[in-house]
Amino acid sequence: MTTNSPMTDTATDERRARDGVRVIQDHQHTVEIVSDSGEGAQKCGQIFGAVSAKMGNGVWTVEIIPAEIQPPARSPAGASGNRIRIGTEEVTNWGDRTNVCVAFNEQVLIARHRLDGLESDATLLVENMWKDHRDEDIRAEWAAAIEELSGSGYRIVEVPMEEQCLTVVDDARKGKNMFALGMLCWIFDRDLDLAKEQIAHAFRKKSEAVYDKNVKLLELGYSWADEHLEVRVDVPTKHSADGMVVMNGNQAIAFGAVAAGMELAAMYPITPATSVSHQLGEIFHKFGGVVHQAEDEIAAAGVAIGASYSGKVAFTITSGPGLALKTEFLGLAIMSEIPLVVVDVQRGGPSTGLPTKVEQSDLLATIFGQPGDAPHVVMAPATIEECFHAIVTARRIAETFRTVVVVLTDANLATGVQPFPRPTLDAAWMGTRPDMSPVPEGKRPYEWDLNTGLSQRFIPGQPGGMHTLTGLAHDEDSHVAYASAINQHSSAMRSRKLAVLQSTLQPPKVDGPDSGDLLVVGWGSTRGAIEEAVENARAEGLAVSSVHVRFLSPLEPGLKEIFQRFRKVMTVEINYSDDPGEPFITDENRRRGQLAWLLRASTLVDVDCWTRVLGEPLRPGVILDVIRTHMPKGGAA
Amino acid sequence: MSDYEGVQARWCPGCGDHSVLTAAQRLLAAEQLKPEETVFVSGIGCSSRFPHYVNSYGFHGLHGRALPVATGVKLNRPDLHVFVVMGDGDCTSIGAAHWLHATRYNVDMVALMLDNNIYGLTKMQTSPTTPQGYKSNTQPLGSYLPALNPIETTLGITNASFVAQTAEWMPAHLYATLEAAYRHKGFAFVRILQRCPVFTGDLYQDAVRNPDMIEMLEHPDGIEVPDLHQIYKNVARHDPRNMEAARELAEKTDLIRVGVFFRDESRPRYEETRHLPLHSTDEKIEILNDELDKYAV
Repeated sequence: MTTNSPMTDTATDERRARDGVRVIQDHQHTVEIVSDSGEGAQKCGQIFGAVSAKMGNGVWTVEIIPAEIQPPARSPAGASGNRIRIGTEEVTNWGDRTNVCVAFNEQVLIARHRLDGLESDATLLVENMWKDHRDEDIRAEWAAAIEELSGSGYRIVEVPMEEQCLTVVDDARKGKNMFALGMLCWIFDRDLDLAKEQIAHAFRKKSEAVYDKNVKLLELGYSWADEHLEVRVDVPTKHSADGMVVMNGNQAIAFGAVAAGMELAAMYPITPATSVSHQLGEIFHKFGGVVHQAEDEIAAAGVAIGASYSGKVAFTITSGPGLALKTEFLGLAIMSEIPLVVVDVQRGGPSTGLPTKVEQSDLLATIFGQPGDAPHVVMAPATIEECFHAIVTARRIAETFRTVVVVLTDANLATGVQPFPRPTLDAAWMGTRPDMSPVPEGKRPYEWDLNTGLSQRFIPGQPGGMHTLTGLAHDEDSHVAYASAINQHSSAMRSRKLAVLQSTLQPPKVDGPDSGDLLVVGWGSTRGAIEEAVENARAEGLAVSSVHVRFLSPLEPGLKEIFQRFRKVMTVEINYSDDPGEPFITDENRRRGQLAWLLRASTLVDVDCWTRVLGEPLRPGVILDVIRTHMPKGGAA
Repeated sequence: MSDYEGVQARWCPGCGDHSVLTAAQRLLAAEQLKPEETVFVSGIGCSSRFPHYVNSYGFHGLHGRALPVATGVKLNRPDLHVFVVMGDGDCTSIGAAHWLHATRYNVDMVALMLDNNIYGLTKMQTSPTTPQGYKSNTQPLGSYLPALNPIETTLGITNASFVAQTAEWMPAHLYATLEAAYRHKGFAFVRILQRCPVFTGDLYQDAVRNPDMIEMLEHPDGIEVPDLHQIYKNVARHDPRNMEAARELAEKTDLIRVGVFFRDESRPRYEETRHLPLHSTDEKIEILNDELDKYAV
């Protein structure tokens, strides 16, 4: 493990800025690097995020991803890159707007402006090779864009990135990202040695010469900034970074799966879930694990089920459209009580929807999507750290309760990068190898405990356990049920297991006072943004608290009781709901947020909601506005 | 053989499935496979009730999806003997993608396609292998399209390693084929021609009555059933390593050909990519900690 003090002596020396340099102190700052796809902005952002984390800042990184691999160059739709929010304290979400933006052309920059992604006083560092480009159209586009931007109060700095980079490399497209990194390292006073370490890691599969060139570009960007820029930003570090790991949610899932002792992952490529399998592909074989890339989503579920049936719990990884295809197989696993873990990294839907963007729209389909009554477990980690631990928990629940556990994450968690306390690995997490001892005579394959619905599962290889598992209605012997009472009884037994699981769960913790005017309820990746907004609202004197639900099926206990202590309860979610007051929308026909549906049905509390499907994570500032406008009228509670 | 009997079979009297079940039970007994180490995986359809009637572990899953489940079982547990039982609807229609890919994966298992040329359980709908012109409830004027040829199709799939055809009314040949399929290391695809006495009883009647309509393909590397030579006069020597000849034979429609069309044990098997866990839990934790080090801040 590498440890670094937050600020080395070298960095302190480098702090001696030339005259006229102003240093802004801020407890949090947001940086973006945007380019055409393939120009390496993401690599620059990732390294900047990693260096900041290593220096002890709180960090939250999100990717800005176009849907195509090679969208047209210099187009607003093609903006690709990273957004990194760093802070003195832990950073739990991507924030509201960007303070410093490095853009490789003015078109991707204008895209960020039009999406309201930039703070009104943001510093924009933009490549100026387009200004005097030989192509007249490009020159005109530049002029128009700069005019559109200059009306907004931004500080626009033209940077001759191309010209500078060409002094080091022949193709500046392959070098601007490290030049940009150098500039950012100067602005934020990052430790250059740490940056070099990260460059070495990023290019570990390339030659020494590639590393040298990238370091030269980094230093070039740094010294250019030192000569030409006038503002530096100091986001003090408070914590030592000791004992932390930094990764994205998909990586955390991959590590969680290994820590959970799982040995087979079956998948079919689907954005934004696929990178779980990339991470697993790198490490899984060292543990005897295998990633099976199946011929389709259905087969991926089938292979995972076949593997689970014959031994240790396996898992399959997908996103909404893939989950739809797996539906029939999930029903089979629930019906025949085969433990299985399914990870759904949600994206915008329905249909192909917004493949690279965040949404929380699979909740109801995940819980109720199977035809017939198919009770199973659905849980949603709220942070990247929880992604890791959720898989460990999911494996254990799947095995104990002989059922399917779906873990719902989303594109925000999948691509967000955040440092979190390194898990202390525990042998118990890996579970034991399945019991293969002979099955006592007379013991039946579905010998349901009448109280709990639980039963022991027989695994191929166990003498005396031979039976044919079936998706048909079946009795305790796994024989096809021809009597109607059997179906009623076996349905009750499968349903009972959820109630038993629910009885083992703790009521969720209320963030803030446990009574008040408004309670905001969330689930999944929105936790950081909601809590930041709620805390800011409380600072304004509003009596607001929040609660975050991790178990969606079964729902956590005690929700109704918590709700009753607030004058008003509302959910904030990233899925579609009708806004009151729109044409034809009445209280009766209003389609509500998906968690709101669930909560209303299970608590009979008149839960309101505010949801948006903008293809981006929620911004704490926007949620704060929502809180202000949704406060119940009349006196305080 | 009674060691391998499950619950009483509920197929119609005269159904070809009975004869396949008997052959399979005979094979398990002859090879002395432990019931607990044997898994029969099936889909949905008449023939997919098969696992219930065998005393072994059974997996009666989804229509068309037996092959992915069996692949998962074998990937996870190479020690188990895996048999797949599918119908023609399962294999060549709703689960056709899996047929293609399971053939290419070449995972060591026996895949039996019980082909009665019709959807039986759902009461007589046209299947991809229903002969052109044959009437059904969904195509009462007769099937519009030429029937899909499963042997020709399987032989066309890259990495196919064992492709055979046999018939339910030739028990000795059926048994010899199953035995060869079981002993083959790799994915052994066997199409079993069979009659559905209720819906397609007439289909193979001529062939059942007239052995001259059958040609047995024989070779020491495939199967040889000399006991049948008295009845079946058409015996052709076919080297199952000869893919070109196999494809030529599969295309011909003059006679019904049974035997091993193709067999090659040198083809890569997908489960060989799997390295079973070699480490104790403590060792795994150590390795995982090393991996986490790379992400340490």
